[in-house]
Amino acid sequence: MSAETVEKTIEKKPAEAFLSKRRKKLVSDPLVDENPITIQVLGICSALAVTTQMKPTLVMAISVIFVVVMSNLVISLMRNTIPSRVRIIVQLAVVATLVTLVSEVLKAFAYDMYKELSVFVGLIITNCIVMGRLEAFALGNKPYDSVLDGFGSALGYSWIILTVAFFRELLGSGAVFGLPIYESISSIFGPDFNLATNGLMVSPVGAFIILGLIIWVQRTKTGYVEH
Amino acid sequence: MELFNLGIRSIFIDNMIFAYFLGMCSFLAVSKKVSTAIGLGAAVIFVLTVTVPVNWLLNEFVLKEGALSWVNGSLATIDLSFLRFIMFIAIIAAMVQLVEMVVEKFAPALYGALGIFLPLIAVNCAILGGSLFMAQRDYTLAESAVYGFGSGTGFCLAIVALAAIREKLKYSHVPNGLKGLGITMLLTGLMGMAFMSFMGIDL
Repeated sequence: MSAETVEKTIEKKPAEAFLSKRRKKLVSDPLVDENPITIQVLGICSALAVTTQMKPTLVMAISVIFVVVMSNLVISLMRNTIPSRVRIIVQLAVVATLVTLVSEVLKAFAYDMYKELSVFVGLIITNCIVMGRLEAFALGNKPYDSVLDGFGSALGYSWIILTVAFFRELLGSGAVFGLPIYESISSIFGPDFNLATNGLMVSPVGAFIILGLIIWVQRTKTGYVEH
Repeated sequence: MELFNLGIRSIFIDNMIFAYFLGMCSFLAVSKKVSTAIGLGAAVIFVLTVTVPVNWLLNEFVLKEGALSWVNGSLATIDLSFLRFIMFIAIIAAMVQLVEMVVEKFAPALYGALGIFLPLIAVNCAILGGSLFMAQRDYTLAESAVYGFGSGTGFCLAIVALAAIREKLKYSHVPNGLKGLGITMLLTGLMGMAFMSFMGIDL
């Protein structure tokens, strides 16, 4: 085969569009059909622990998005040089470094939030979504695709924990993002009217039950059945 | 007596699963059969009992602010606590590798039953969480050993109990969308309510 034909075959293959259909699917699939929490059962630990209020949950979601996207990118860039025997240690080292970064930034710029999240920022290291995406996708795919894949998965995780947090904060403390919704509703109906909050929602039990119900609703809609 | 109280507290009141949601992934995935649940529970107890004191030593003599002063007085101002995550996880990964080798050699049946979940203990939040809580709460060496053992036992208790319930659950009629994960979450919630009754106890 002469050099000319080789060049031709390379030219024939058009570059994939920046946001081709396949790439859009990488982001959109984990949102509903392949949701990491409700379908793949990954990353539940931290999903529940921080969700008593919306604000820490949002911070947690952003941290997870950052860690998943960046670790996917780094591992994908290094994927051809990592020997498969030591890949778990390499992945843990990369993830732990990124999480340390997040934790130091939070400590410097949002100390109250850092105190509130306490050990759960550190526990992003052991969030199964991070390791799961690295193992299942980043080790075998190109950097840009891996970034999209990580972004999709983290987004799927984020909207579930934000939904759980919304219901837990609304029903448990009568507020959303710290805005006292229950109080303002009660005040419309006069001084004697009082909407009661449900203390169970603030406790861990509320998180289990709300997530259970969300999973039920979501799986009924998508028609996914576990055997 | 203090230590005994700490042990009881870490098993029942500060239960890894029901109070802090740690180790949920394996809790949900390995709780289909009682026998495998017991195996995983035992492995978690062992790994936690070993890693928490080892990480305590690491934290006390290397990572804490001023911890390096035993090497040289001039190192007393160094604070390496930002390296906590990466060092703890490295110790845990090494320990899990050790446990895996021991189990493979002396209990091949258990090794086969645990399968992929043995190496995954390294990324079990309960293990790292145990070490991080230990560092945050300033336990002593004896306390951290008791805490590691206690929280491991709490995890083991919870996963075995859930596995027993799920074995029975096979014979009941569950709505399609709720099968598997959904009903397990609701079950865990109900079990958590039972464990909440320990919360009032002041030790």
